[in-house]
Amino acid sequence: MTAILRSEGLHKRFGAVSAATDVNLSVEEGEIVALIGANGAGKTSYVNMVTGYLRPDAGRIRLGETDLVGMKPRQVTRAGICRSFQVAQIFGELTVLENVLIALAIARGGASSGWRGLSRPEWISASEEVLEQFQLAEHRDATAGTLAQGVRKLLDIAMATVASPRLMMLDEPTSGISVDEKFAVMDTLMSALRQRGVTVLFVEHDMEIVERYARRVAAFYDGRIIADGDAAEVLVDPDVRQYVVGGELHRRGGQGGGE
Amino acid sequence: MNRRMDPTLVSLAAALPVLLVLGYALPDWLTFYLQVSLASGLAALAVMLQMRAGLVNFGQGLYYCLGAYAGGMSGHFLGITDALVLLLLAVVLSVAVSFIVGFLVARYREIFYAMLSLALSMILYGLLVRAEALGSTDGFNLPSTTFLGYAPEGQALREAGYVFTCIVALAIAAAVHRYLRSPLGAIGEAVRENELRVEYLGASPRYVVHLIYVMAAAIAGIGGVLAGISVGHVDPNLAYWTTSGQFVFIALLSGTGNVAAPLIGAFLLVMIRVYAVEYSPYTWQMILGGVMLLIIMFLPGGLWSLTRLRKKGGLT
Repeated sequence: MTAILRSEGLHKRFGAVSAATDVNLSVEEGEIVALIGANGAGKTSYVNMVTGYLRPDAGRIRLGETDLVGMKPRQVTRAGICRSFQVAQIFGELTVLENVLIALAIARGGASSGWRGLSRPEWISASEEVLEQFQLAEHRDATAGTLAQGVRKLLDIAMATVASPRLMMLDEPTSGISVDEKFAVMDTLMSALRQRGVTVLFVEHDMEIVERYARRVAAFYDGRIIADGDAAEVLVDPDVRQYVVGGELHRRGGQGGGE
Repeated sequence: MNRRMDPTLVSLAAALPVLLVLGYALPDWLTFYLQVSLASGLAALAVMLQMRAGLVNFGQGLYYCLGAYAGGMSGHFLGITDALVLLLLAVVLSVAVSFIVGFLVARYREIFYAMLSLALSMILYGLLVRAEALGSTDGFNLPSTTFLGYAPEGQALREAGYVFTCIVALAIAAAVHRYLRSPLGAIGEAVRENELRVEYLGASPRYVVHLIYVMAAAIAGIGGVLAGISVGHVDPNLAYWTTSGQFVFIALLSGTGNVAAPLIGAFLLVMIRVYAVEYSPYTWQMILGGVMLLIIMFLPGGLWSLTRLRKKGGLT
């Protein structure tokens, strides 16, 4: 196995708050890695640094041989890392098919075409294939903004996969999804990502999801990785149990919000 | 393969003979209004193009005026009178200016985009008002236009100008329609919906906005030169904020559902104004305001939404 993502010595501060302190994380090709930690622990900041939304104060991030630091999000996407968001980022007034068609048009370099139509037969059939994989076919002509939260999440991730990423970063894929739906949504998206051979790194608060889908877990606390390894071992690590996992997720000071 | 014809393109093609017949059948004053409406309708189409990407331009008069002055000055000072050459010069100037200005404008959204556009158009207005060589507030007249060597006079000139305006306006509308149905046009709509997602899909929203700004400028510039050809005169009022406001008014009145809407809306606005002035000379602005109020309250999608031809989100 070879590491496709290498993050070394990442530091990021927001004033007095440290979002990342000497974060080192490598992801091997084909791995499914969960990032866990309380709110404010630095998980989303890490995802934001890797995907170009935040620039680290120090450290290196490499995808294969490509240095990602300083790249814009769109350049990171083109380099091979795509992401989804805590709140699904879709085109709410357009149909599900149009959402995927636009993603496909951008991924295939058709975004510069101002003359040929968007609704090319080959693009429509490729989009329908994606919708099938993510079990979105029945919503093909629905306006995206009217979909249930779980379906929106799937659409968000489906759109991100259209660019054929090597690594997919999912930020809380089950947030906002009902308990009844969460496993079905995760089964669908993990199956689709497996079919596409995509390495997955996901941020998650739900330990049931982590235990079921992650092979490896990296636990964040206060901007640092306090444990990184096999999921079964990390989840019983004393520090992880104290700071991240207890009977339920440990939230320092009861503060909510992203990090 | 039996491809279904695009109804909008078919309608635009069918509109040409209809407009040409109307040009001969209608009285001259009405044909003139039709011609001027097609010219200002193109500027409203430029506003609509930006509205489809979630941008409201309150200063489209900048490029309407630039186009008109590019054509006017070429005729007045350089003796260039061929309509196609004037059109080309208007496009070149509008594109050149908007390309440079676009680097600044494309950084802004919402009210800042609208107000920055307005400010820029008023700068041009201020410059033209002070330019005595260009007739200051009075502007100047254009020499008679020629058409590929054909130099008509009198009624024939008016007719040739009308035909030329119809052909150009419908061709531009068809091109804009093709653009809106293209990937780039769809990404423009995606920018309106969610810039973050567009960026993370691998495209640059700022690049898309910049491009739309330049395209809109070119279209408004063409509208401007057609207005100059129609009226035979240009003056700084073409860049004044009320002119730009009129384009936004047309776009709201007609809606953004189809490229034909602003062209029709421009003519409707002219007719509403003509009859409002006729029947209520001192309160015609109130009538226009009332019309806009009714549209906003009962038809927020504009008059075109009455046709219900475009389903919600119907890019495909």
